[in-house]
Amino acid sequence: MSAFLRTAWAVLRKDLAIERRAKEGANALGFFAILLLFLFYFALGPDRERIRTALPGLFWLAFILAGLLGLGRAFALERENDCLDGLILAPADKGAIYLGKVGGTTVLMLAMEVAFIVASGVLYNLDLWAAVPDLFLVALAGTVGFAAVGTLFAAMTARLRAREVLLPVLLLPLAVPVLLAAVKLTELALVAGPAGAAGPWWRLLLGFDVVFVVTGLLTFEFVLEA
Amino acid sequence: MIEASGLTKLYGLQPALRGVSLHVAAGEILAVLGHNGSGKTTLVRLLATLVRPTAGTARVGGHDVVTAPEAVRRAIAVVGHTTQLYDDLTAAENLAFAEALAGRRAARDRVESALARVGLDGQGRTPVRELSSGMRRRVALARAILREPRVLLLDEAFSGLDQDSTKRLEDHLHVFRAGGGAALVVTHSLGRALAVADRVTILAGGRIAGVATRAELSETALRQLYLEATETGA
Repeated sequence: MSAFLRTAWAVLRKDLAIERRAKEGANALGFFAILLLFLFYFALGPDRERIRTALPGLFWLAFILAGLLGLGRAFALERENDCLDGLILAPADKGAIYLGKVGGTTVLMLAMEVAFIVASGVLYNLDLWAAVPDLFLVALAGTVGFAAVGTLFAAMTARLRAREVLLPVLLLPLAVPVLLAAVKLTELALVAGPAGAAGPWWRLLLGFDVVFVVTGLLTFEFVLEA
Repeated sequence: MIEASGLTKLYGLQPALRGVSLHVAAGEILAVLGHNGSGKTTLVRLLATLVRPTAGTARVGGHDVVTAPEAVRRAIAVVGHTTQLYDDLTAAENLAFAEALAGRRAARDRVESALARVGLDGQGRTPVRELSSGMRRRVALARAILREPRVLLLDEAFSGLDQDSTKRLEDHLHVFRAGGGAALVVTHSLGRALAVADRVTILAGGRIAGVATRAELSETALRQLYLEATETGA
């Protein structure tokens, strides 16, 4: 493994180990996810088709919140004891540190997303098994894009006093293309659309994933040291 | 190993350092003394590449802190006011993570040996959250030892240490100096400065207000110099 990937792997492993032990984010997310599922159930009633139609929006609402919490946590733990200074002082490629942070946030978001999809299938009594492979791919691509741009802004706002307010304000408008494409592809995975309808949305989603990841790799050093 | 010339740092319009020039050769330890707010921490952060100077130049380990910060970071180890440790990781995991970022695989025996050198034998598997503040500081010192740097930058590294740990750190600094390393030690303690340093620099109001070699000084003389320098320079 190259030094670049070893560094990224070390950062990812460290973030996951801390999250596994602290469990702060997982507890908050679990509570919110259950609440969201119950509220939507009461709002939409037992009509399964109605629920299935609303599900893409519900999924991504939960995923965005999971992402915002995850990103906040990823840099909150770097602020404790000035660990952010430790990252700056490390004689490592800052792009690798960025990749590790994106990887950590992506894994945590994906874990929550899988649990949320399973829970919604059980609670709403929906047969989602046929859609699982497509749903997983959409969730993965959407989450990578969201985490890629989110990590950059989370690092940018990490030392600011109003970071909790600034992070969503800066991040969400820029993540709109990723979220639009992800919601549309989730809908197509749940309710089969016309042949070829997914193609343009996949191109949009993957295109923005590439743009955000490359931008992050190239600029994270300057963001971290600013 | 450490050369600074006319180093100046402004935060907004507020000067933190004003034209500081100093030099620390290989095999030498410089102690920097001064009141709170005299610019000591800013000096360490500039030399560690954590902040950029407003004016002046500095070279650490032969590399310019502005144009070659990565090379400087490879040459130094820093122990600052804060420990830069992750509370939810164990002491050994923190050290292994720092080594991984430096591109090295930290073998368990090396990590245990570094912890043993700061008196934390057998504490490698203890989460940092469960260690006392003095023990956390020692873990930070073990991380610096593990790096095997050519230049050590210590900012109040003695504070919070018990007598045994203080003695260990002093011994380590003597060994480090004998091995050709250069260290800049920021401290409030005149006694500590005399115990470890070859030369003493006193900062006041962001300027160098006094310089002396250890050979010239007793603790009483250093105290007198410190009082004069801080009164005239502040």
